Amino acid sequence: MTALLALFLREWRLAVRVGGGALMGALFFLIVVTVVPFGVGPDLNLLSRIGPAILWIGALLATLLSLDRLFQVDRDDGGLDLILMGESPLELVVLVKCLAHWAATGLPLVVASPLLAIFMNMEPIAIGATTLTLLVGTPALTFTGAIGAALTVTLKRGGLLLAILVLPLTVPVMIFGVSSATAVLYGNMPFATPFAILAALGLFAMVLGPLAAAAALRHAGE
Amino acid sequence: MAPPVTRLVGEKLTLDRGGRRVLSDLSFAAQSGVALVVTGANGAGKSTLLRLIAGLLRPVSGRLALEGGDAELSIAQHCHYFGHQDALKNQLSVGENLAFWRDFFGLADAEVFAALDRVGLARLIDLPAAYLSAGQRRRLAFARLLVTRRPIWLLDEPTSALDAASEARLLEIVGEHLDAGGLVVAATHLALPFPRMDALRLGPATIGAAA
Repeated sequence: MTALLALFLREWRLAVRVGGGALMGALFFLIVVTVVPFGVGPDLNLLSRIGPAILWIGALLATLLSLDRLFQVDRDDGGLDLILMGESPLELVVLVKCLAHWAATGLPLVVASPLLAIFMNMEPIAIGATTLTLLVGTPALTFTGAIGAALTVTLKRGGLLLAILVLPLTVPVMIFGVSSATAVLYGNMPFATPFAILAALGLFAMVLGPLAAAAALRHAGE
Repeated sequence: MAPPVTRLVGEKLTLDRGGRRVLSDLSFAAQSGVALVVTGANGAGKSTLLRLIAGLLRPVSGRLALEGGDAELSIAQHCHYFGHQDALKNQLSVGENLAFWRDFFGLADAEVFAALDRVGLARLIDLPAAYLSAGQRRRLAFARLLVTRRPIWLLDEPTSALDAASEARLLEIVGEHLDAGGLVVAATHLALPFPRMDALRLGPATIGAAA
């Protein structure tokens, strides 16, 4: 347990210090969401309608941005070899790395999203709903992305391949995240149904992601 | 308490890398207290052999066996691997780097400060690792072997980038490990004066070797 706690703290420290991905993800999110109103024009009704979707797309891209380094830095400096030789199961190591990545990169996006939602002229209830779906949905993005990060760990510039591999897998999360956020807005369907599926997808990803990523990492060394 | 590790035996190990046979029918035995020094030309498979023992590569055929040790742990979990890469994070301080590996490998045996003092880096404990020289990075990576006790040390060119004084200190630490009944498998080009040593020479096409 100490081993995994130490790993979490190290990963978190690395992410928030200079050169880590935490701030970069949040800034990218800010830029994407800020640019959209300039593109679609000053139609406030349109902005408030597409607001949840824009926040979700921004969060997805910002999460992917730093994911390619999730295992690659450790592989490049030889740390991955040592991690493989440790007594902690690799699946748990991956789980902890993902949790730390989410705490440093995903959580700031969730925290920033209410502020950015104001930019999109969203109503308070839609802001609350979107923030809640992001809180539940962004871990699913990280855990799914970890599979891609593990598969592309041996490639020098695997970021693009990672995006191509992972984006299709994140489509369900995206669909149910946006639909539960917009459900509140229109009231034509209950919030709880898509939200429960979103939560379920998150839990699935939390189990399957580390298992698949660990299997990929074991073969990456050979 | 697990019985001490007495011997590490490899039997008829064969291993391919990238379609090329690197090790073929290699047999060896490393005894506790005696350093097994692996020599051979570039590409003869020295590093490959160490990575094989560390569980990072799988042989095509043959097997590794450990006599003694904790039956619940794999061979790799008995090993410290001191490879070419230092596994250091530039953003973390010297002390943080070492403390992480101590905590990650569990069972702390030594204080971070004491281990750094052994390798002559105690003064730099708060310095970010980015500012270390190549030799200092090597010594910091080596300090990892001191904070957690594991009986088998796999050393790949352990003295590269080290100055004479550091090299002597490293050999002294390895000597103490051997005196305490530890196993050492070292791959090197240099004639390192370990107190007791066996030789294992890998040729381009190795067929068997001395035990």
